[in-house]
Amino acid sequence: MSIDYNEKIPNNVDLAEDRRLQRALEKWQPAYLEWWRDLGPAQSDTFEVYLRTAISVEPGGWAHYDFVRMPEYRWGIFLAPPVADRRIGFGMHKGHPVWHELPGEYRAELRRLIVTQGDTEPASVEQQRYLGATCPSLYDLRNLFQVNVEEGRHLWAMVYLLHAYFGRDGREEAEGLLERHAGDPDRPRILEAFNEQTENWLSFFMFTFFQDRDGKFQLAALAESGFDPLSRTCRFMLTEEAHHMFVGETGIMRIVQRTAELMREHNTDDVARFGGIPLALVQKFINFHYSICLDLFGSEKSTNAANYYTMGLKGRYDETKIDDDHVLTDAVCEIPEVRDGQLVMTEAPALTAMNERLRLSYRQDSQRGVDRFNKVIRAHDIDCELTLPHGAFHRNIGGCAGIQVTPSGEIIDRETWNKRQADWLPTPEDFAFLRSLMRPVTEPGRMAGWIAPPKRGIHGQPVDFDYVHFY
Amino acid sequence: MIEFATHPSRYRHWRFSVDGRVATLALDVQEDGGLESGYALKLNSYDLSVDIELYDAVQRLRFEHPGVGAVMLTSAKERVFCAGANIGMLGQSSHGAKVNFCKFTNETRNAIEDASAFSGQRYLCVINGACAGGGYELALATDHIMLVDDGSSAVSLPEVPLLAVLPGTGGLTRLVDKRHVRRDQADFFCTTTEGVRGRRALDWRLVDELVPRSRLADAARARAAEFAEQCDRSTEAVGVVLTPLAKTLDEDTLTYDCLSVALDRSRGLARIEVRAPATPPPQDLPAIHAAGVDFWPLALARALDDAVLHLRFNEPELGTWVFCTSGSADHVRLADAALLAHQPDWLVREITLYLKRSFKRLDVSSRSLVALIEPGSCFTGTLLELALAADRSFMLEGDFEGSNLGPAEIGLNEMNLGALPMVNGLSRLESRFFGDGAALDAARARVGAALDAEEAEALGLVTFTPDDLDWDDEVRVALEERAGFSPDALSGMEANLRFVGPETVESKIFSRLSAWQNWIFQRPNAVGEEGALKLFGTGNQASFDRKRV
Repeated sequence: MSIDYNEKIPNNVDLAEDRRLQRALEKWQPAYLEWWRDLGPAQSDTFEVYLRTAISVEPGGWAHYDFVRMPEYRWGIFLAPPVADRRIGFGMHKGHPVWHELPGEYRAELRRLIVTQGDTEPASVEQQRYLGATCPSLYDLRNLFQVNVEEGRHLWAMVYLLHAYFGRDGREEAEGLLERHAGDPDRPRILEAFNEQTENWLSFFMFTFFQDRDGKFQLAALAESGFDPLSRTCRFMLTEEAHHMFVGETGIMRIVQRTAELMREHNTDDVARFGGIPLALVQKFINFHYSICLDLFGSEKSTNAANYYTMGLKGRYDETKIDDDHVLTDAVCEIPEVRDGQLVMTEAPALTAMNERLRLSYRQDSQRGVDRFNKVIRAHDIDCELTLPHGAFHRNIGGCAGIQVTPSGEIIDRETWNKRQADWLPTPEDFAFLRSLMRPVTEPGRMAGWIAPPKRGIHGQPVDFDYVHFY
Repeated sequence: MIEFATHPSRYRHWRFSVDGRVATLALDVQEDGGLESGYALKLNSYDLSVDIELYDAVQRLRFEHPGVGAVMLTSAKERVFCAGANIGMLGQSSHGAKVNFCKFTNETRNAIEDASAFSGQRYLCVINGACAGGGYELALATDHIMLVDDGSSAVSLPEVPLLAVLPGTGGLTRLVDKRHVRRDQADFFCTTTEGVRGRRALDWRLVDELVPRSRLADAARARAAEFAEQCDRSTEAVGVVLTPLAKTLDEDTLTYDCLSVALDRSRGLARIEVRAPATPPPQDLPAIHAAGVDFWPLALARALDDAVLHLRFNEPELGTWVFCTSGSADHVRLADAALLAHQPDWLVREITLYLKRSFKRLDVSSRSLVALIEPGSCFTGTLLELALAADRSFMLEGDFEGSNLGPAEIGLNEMNLGALPMVNGLSRLESRFFGDGAALDAARARVGAALDAEEAEALGLVTFTPDDLDWDDEVRVALEERAGFSPDALSGMEANLRFVGPETVESKIFSRLSAWQNWIFQRPNAVGEEGALKLFGTGNQASFDRKRV
């Protein structure tokens, strides 16, 4: 199969001249399209969607808006423009010029980082496959698809790195990214949080708020990498990731807004009767998504994370803005630990606590979003606050994995946990209730009853623009 | 002090279960359950405490569960099989502790292979997730390796690239010698930290079977049942419970029913006296089964096993082990006769195999072994193996003045002709006369005879035969001289001289692989301040001396 590379695959990596990359893509691209058809957004083949497509990295080029038939979306390969004389910013190679080719001694580590990141991108598309059928508005349907195609592009970005720099190994790993599937009992996705179906729109907004924020922090840490192609790839991906979090944050805010309106209107907390999503349920979803996302950062103490830092492969969030030696050989920091059934803070080498450091940045960033939800609630004169649960709540990875902790941070026994967990985490009944709310709304400008309209439309279009054409 | 006695009811790291013909050993390491503090046993990584339990389980399966025909080794943790030996533990261990640990784990893996090959209990390994280093080496010790085919679970031996040491628990040897993995593919495999998974793992013979995750449990059960079908053990057989080994330990003695160890710290030696059965041992099967752990050969195998481990781990400065025997040689011969007469019986076979393994432990111990054959001793048959295992033996010519015990005698019987092979696959007698068929034939021709010192020396079965006047001084000087040599040089010398002739997987593991590993364990690239083993887990990277040696 021959491909008109520059037309079909917008890129700034000189694809038309790169025979090695062409060979790799010739095999992979059909497999990707097949995957998109089988596991991408269900029954969307005939839709024309108002999407942005990155066609170049120039300002204005990375966000080109037009109606696109989804399978014909042009998934491109873009790296942020190179920074002249870029130097490795941390670790044992600090100050050396960045690597433009794969450093052989770190082949395994880089491959692992790229594969782990790459595995999450198609996973989220798979998880969100059936959401289109219950969209609360055309505006939201369009946003869902935008997120999906861009997660698809992020997969391409990681596959580009594997194809371009890892030879046969990389080609096999790229195939593997299409062979593992979210929730597949035989070939699950690598990370646990990417194996659950996103079955309703509250979950979707939570996912794009919390999981995609994890993505942001991982990408930001990788953007610091001394392996320049990885750094440049991730920097470009970050520009797109911002929109996904916007979808999540505004989605939750619009739900909160609608709920607050219903609470005022009917003077009750129990807005479920009036087709709204109670704040208590929103809180449960926050508890769930936030806690499983904390797990995504890994153990508090991690040899791998320490190695990645020292090797110059994965930095901290905003590495360059941190005021220290960026080597951290003797630095220490505090990490939580369970000792004699109590949560205590203990000192650990900063190098091995890289995951915890990134988790802390994530926590602060998530809190800012939650603060904005609370502002909406307060604006309606409602005395209620959404909160992030304690960092030890509902954890499966790291030092807190073996204990039961309430959202406020109190250690409890398993029996109490079993009795109380339905108060803190979504139950089958909650999911059933949400399913009952999820009815598709596809008339331009109209919104489902459980969500407020957005403040403005996409790319200057009105909210009642027909963002999706059905054929 | 390190204690090897345990029981499934006290296991912290293994879930032991028996279901009809199939037993399951599921690894579920308790992170804070290690022998020492300072490291957490994450991801089913292990230290000696995990292996002590594994060894106990393997032993109990053989004796207490004769109906079991197949043993599944697997993990009770999700998506993790075993991450291998704990690196923190290795990093903080002394050289001696590392070597002892590796030797013991090697012996346990050999015992697993021994059970598969000779005992009618075949081991299969069910790898349900990440399987690295010592975890994969454990799998290599089984007869059949099943790997979950989930697109991410891999088997790996990352020691060289990650830690600058070797997969020293049989890994390198079993890849090429047992599983016949092609050497170039083995070379690639051993230098890739992420390992090999799926189809390639199967094609390269790293595993025997790939199974989808959802079918793994069923497929493993079916495979185990199939293995169990081939087993020659009767489902009706009643096991022998390995009751706690009776022993007393005080300042300078360690005593078992049939064996005592005198710890002579001032002279750096342990005097190990083995006692013959006090009464004639039973000869018929029901009586042997009824005697169980009290049947002398089994009691001897257990005591010798435990004593060797105790001395290795807890008395590193006792560099010479001196073996003596006492009691009725006739009773020893009767015990041997009982073993030889009932080999088809599962218990008798097990006891013989256990004796074999206990003597093997002796052979591979880094201690000078000396046998003193005096009047009143009973170095015959099984107990003659002690003298044949020794680096040097002294047999008194004639009597001690004033003694009425009569001159010392030794004797060969069928037990010396192949029932108790060494790790090189040869009997101690064959090893002794390697390349000298005439000497071997001459010794064989005297099977059953009582041999006095003169004849024993003429046949080459003992080293020296001083008489009463010379005895004390000769023995004393020899032991003192021995104690004066470098322990390292002695260990190396003895290991080279003991194992003549052909190589087996086992002998290669103990000689070639362990020797290289123990060299690397001393090298700055592994254990220096900037060595990979030392720095692993800190995030700091090793810096190597690039000179090839």
